[in-house]
Amino acid sequence: MNTPLSWIKDYVPELDCTAKEYADKMTLAGTKVERFEVLDKNLKNIVIGKLLDVAPHPDATKLVVCKVNVGDVKADGVDAEGNVQIVTGAPNITKDVIGVLVPVVLDGGKVAGGHDGGALPEDGIEIHTGKLRGVVSYGMMCSVEELGSDRNAFPLAPESGIYIFPEDVIRELDLKPGMSAISAFGMDDVVVEYEITSNRVDCYSVIGIAREAAAVFDKEFILPKVEENGSDEDVHDFLKVTVEDADLCPRYTARMVKNIRFAPSPEWMQKRLRNAGIRPINNLVDITNFVMLEYGQPMHAFDYDTLEGHEIVVKTAKDGDTFQTLDGQMRNLDHTVLMINDGAKAVGIAGIMGGENSKITEEVRNVVFESANFNGVNIRLSAKKIGMRTDASSIFEKGLDPATTVQAVNRACELVEELNCGEVVGGMIDIYPEPETARSIIFEPDRINSLLGTSIPQDEMLRIFKKLELVYHPMTHEIAIPSFRRDLLETCDLAEEVLRFHGYDKIEDTLPVGEATTGRLSYKLRVDAVARTAAEYAGFSHAMTYAFESPKAFDMLNIPADDELRKAVVISNPLGEDFSIMRTQPLNAMLTALSFNYNHRNENVWLYDMANIYLPKSLPLTELPDEREQLTLGGYGSNIDFFVLKGVVEEIFAQLGVKDRMELKADCSRPYFHPGRKADIYYGGKLVGYMGEIHPTVADKYGFKSDARVYIAILDMPTVTEMATFDRYYEGVARFPAVSRDISMLVPKNVTAGDIEHVLMQRGGKLLEDFKLFDIYEGLQVATGFKSMAYSLVFRAKDHTLTDDEVNSVMKKILNGLNALEIQLRS
Amino acid sequence: MKDQLKKITEEALARISESGTLDEINDIRVEFLGKKGRITSIMKNMKDVAPEDRPAFGQLVNEAKQRAEEAIEKARNELQTKAMESRLAAESIDVTLPATKMRTGHRHPCQIALDEVERIFVGMGYEVVEGPEIEYQEYNFTKLNIPEGHPARDEQDTFYINDEILLRSQTSPVQARVMERGKLPIRMIAPGRVFRSDSIDATHSPSFHQIEGLVVDKHITMTDLKGTLTQFARELFGENTQTRFRPHHFNFTEPSAEVDVSCFKCGGKGCRFCKNEGWIEILGCGMVHPNVLSMCGVDPNEYTGFAFGVGLERIAILKYEIDDMRLLYENDYRFLRQF
Repeated sequence: MNTPLSWIKDYVPELDCTAKEYADKMTLAGTKVERFEVLDKNLKNIVIGKLLDVAPHPDATKLVVCKVNVGDVKADGVDAEGNVQIVTGAPNITKDVIGVLVPVVLDGGKVAGGHDGGALPEDGIEIHTGKLRGVVSYGMMCSVEELGSDRNAFPLAPESGIYIFPEDVIRELDLKPGMSAISAFGMDDVVVEYEITSNRVDCYSVIGIAREAAAVFDKEFILPKVEENGSDEDVHDFLKVTVEDADLCPRYTARMVKNIRFAPSPEWMQKRLRNAGIRPINNLVDITNFVMLEYGQPMHAFDYDTLEGHEIVVKTAKDGDTFQTLDGQMRNLDHTVLMINDGAKAVGIAGIMGGENSKITEEVRNVVFESANFNGVNIRLSAKKIGMRTDASSIFEKGLDPATTVQAVNRACELVEELNCGEVVGGMIDIYPEPETARSIIFEPDRINSLLGTSIPQDEMLRIFKKLELVYHPMTHEIAIPSFRRDLLETCDLAEEVLRFHGYDKIEDTLPVGEATTGRLSYKLRVDAVARTAAEYAGFSHAMTYAFESPKAFDMLNIPADDELRKAVVISNPLGEDFSIMRTQPLNAMLTALSFNYNHRNENVWLYDMANIYLPKSLPLTELPDEREQLTLGGYGSNIDFFVLKGVVEEIFAQLGVKDRMELKADCSRPYFHPGRKADIYYGGKLVGYMGEIHPTVADKYGFKSDARVYIAILDMPTVTEMATFDRYYEGVARFPAVSRDISMLVPKNVTAGDIEHVLMQRGGKLLEDFKLFDIYEGLQVATGFKSMAYSLVFRAKDHTLTDDEVNSVMKKILNGLNALEIQLRS
Repeated sequence: MKDQLKKITEEALARISESGTLDEINDIRVEFLGKKGRITSIMKNMKDVAPEDRPAFGQLVNEAKQRAEEAIEKARNELQTKAMESRLAAESIDVTLPATKMRTGHRHPCQIALDEVERIFVGMGYEVVEGPEIEYQEYNFTKLNIPEGHPARDEQDTFYINDEILLRSQTSPVQARVMERGKLPIRMIAPGRVFRSDSIDATHSPSFHQIEGLVVDKHITMTDLKGTLTQFARELFGENTQTRFRPHHFNFTEPSAEVDVSCFKCGGKGCRFCKNEGWIEILGCGMVHPNVLSMCGVDPNEYTGFAFGVGLERIAILKYEIDDMRLLYENDYRFLRQF
């Protein structure tokens, strides 16, 4: 919402503050000023000049030498009669226009921009006396572009050339040479842009903001007094209105104007519109725009003579109906879209846009002003459905005060008379079947104070309410709420009003008292933190990735068409296909992040991500999906391989207090992994995750070259969290000596280290304290189909020194077990 | 005999003082003081000494032995010290050579900011809780006093799965879930991922993080809210941080406010960082709306509460002077390693 400060001052005449003070105080009282623009911040020494003479330039055909009278202004080159010589190349300054008034910037003055209308320089452009092709020019005549404006705001300005004040404007403002051109243009003004919160519908209007400003600065607020005017005729004799759907149109008010006389609207109105960012068109259009800004009530004008049966019927469209709006577009409608019809056909989409068939042209003679109240939600949904959001619809959708329709239409009719724009027909059609009942809130100052933590006296509260036109009835202890304050419903709303004007900054800073609570992280969050820290100490950096991705990810990852993973939660209105499904696996996000780094030539990048995957319990979704947090470790580069990653996973479990030994099972189906370098990860017999080297064809799709190997491990955090423990117990340090034995074996190739370790653990019993693979070899000295492996075993008893017999007996069991795997001992 | 002893002793002392290695010293020790050493051996000639002189002679021999021992000990110490000195000298290194890099990972700036925020609120007695990211519209909107048809529910802003289920557009639904558990009083923060239909650019992301805060108890007031958030801002941005509460509107709180902190770059004087305003907006907050309390099963006549919501990315961007939000999700190691 953009509003010129001068317009606010029309209703708060005593308002006297700088733009900055205004912005600050309004903001702190809840009417947030986003920014303000001082229109003349780069305009200086620009006056009205009268063009007295235009003579050819001796040395340049495109330039002319002008004599301009600037009244009694003193400046370099201005003679005793107030005449000054100015050289210009503007095409519209010729002998034909001698006598016109133009804006003139004199020596030492400033303009906002160049004549070409390009981007405005930060500090404007200073103008000095100078020579143009040898002839002295003591200043410059200005175009609207040089004033920082454009032809949108000044439709009468020439396309290229000096602005010439129109006769009407000169007459209306009584312009004379020497007067300030800046104020003649209405640029001695500040345009304020507000962020209005959605609850304050009333502040989407100049009057609403002025009312707030009056309360903020404690000045009198003067609402324009509007009388119902018009001829002795009665509008009811000309027009019949029927509202068939009162739910969607709670109030419909209409008046009529006959014998429209089109003309430009007066400068005072154009100035208001211009500074509010609205292009002046003609008196009739300008009046509706003016009233829309002033009251926040959009109005529509229909061509009375095209309304069949001189009738208006408000009702919803039928499914499949189409309608041509006045921008020439065909619109598809359905039974929820409210339409304005005449006796035979639709003439407008209620609250959104009128129809091509009843458009106001300058041939129109008689018009109907519609000032209606529509259901905001319906307008919003209709505008969305039809695919156009107009100025009118964006206001209606906020849900307006039905009381305003009458004020606005009467204001418009008053302006019609004032601007001599036509003859207002007497009377008003006002269909308002269910008038709103007056609202009030019980005044409970103690509750307000106890909510705020303040002790604001009742008197101060009442003083604030009075400024806001909230009327206190001492007999009933009720505060009557004016209908324009649609946001005030209960005591907490009143509390906010009190606080806004008492001052948010004036209340104390306290801390909650009462029952003490224990600050803490949930168990899950504590586990997460340990796992994160372990990953970081192991060298992995924390990545953050998106939860949604493209369904193409499944193809990238070689995931078969019928795989469960493809059953993903789908977003119905995604940003695009690339963000359309909720991920069911974290591989794609990790590979995307690694690939980004790889493509940017970052070497040896190790990342981890801790975020959810979303597994639907059924599709389509009827209940919330299972959100499972996954810790994903991924890396590429010369210093990572399967076993480095395996070690990191082991360390994370160790940090989480998991005592079980990790078991990897390679017989898993994980199509995104290298078939010979993959595994499911088990702890204590439970599947906790999976890891592997990314399949070369998958890596290739993510842009990795064939020599780049990418490793990923994924841990299912809900499972990990169940196993994790923060309990630690001291187990004592060994007090009796250990006995160590090495075994060197010839192992059939298909027997894994895991198989051997399984035997060691199973058969080693309590006495086997530890074991370690210290050599593995395949090659020339080893028989084909075999590999050589060597383990060192450590035995120890807690309570005595082991004897050889004891160790031998355990060793025998172990060796028997190994024999069963067809392992031979090497001597 | 005396002369002989003197001669030998002198020779020993001379040899010791000339010796250059520990081995030589040991040899000298054996030669003079060993069992068959030359000084030791003199004692064997005692029988040649007149009996009355024997005690005095014995004493002389012992003195000689002691002198030799002391000299050896001294020489040995000196040699050892010298050996240590030369070893240390040989082992000296150029300490300005580059360090052997420890390979540790880096925490994401958003996580660092979150850890900070959690630390502050846990210290104030808040519990950290989480809620689902895919949420019922009931929790995301209805229970937060955002009725059907309200523009906040617009598809332009919210990602929907279907009519009932959506990607939460705020962490506020966790408020409703915690209140419904019915355990009072409540002091909680709920960090998490939220989703809004914004295209990716330097200041927007369709997915970001919020931290929701909620306190519900008897006699909670607006001044409590103000005091709590002022303390939070000081802990997070520094002791001299000023806060400014501006009236605002949120459906689920009344009164509501937006909170600005004094620009921590210029201290509030106005600079490029704060767009010359001296203030930087950091969060929204307010007193929990009575409709929200009662919809979540809390009696608004007995309990009041306050709530606030902070954008985590915004905190990280401000605190670590990150100039483009996209950096937070690209995971470029050159970016991550700076944290």
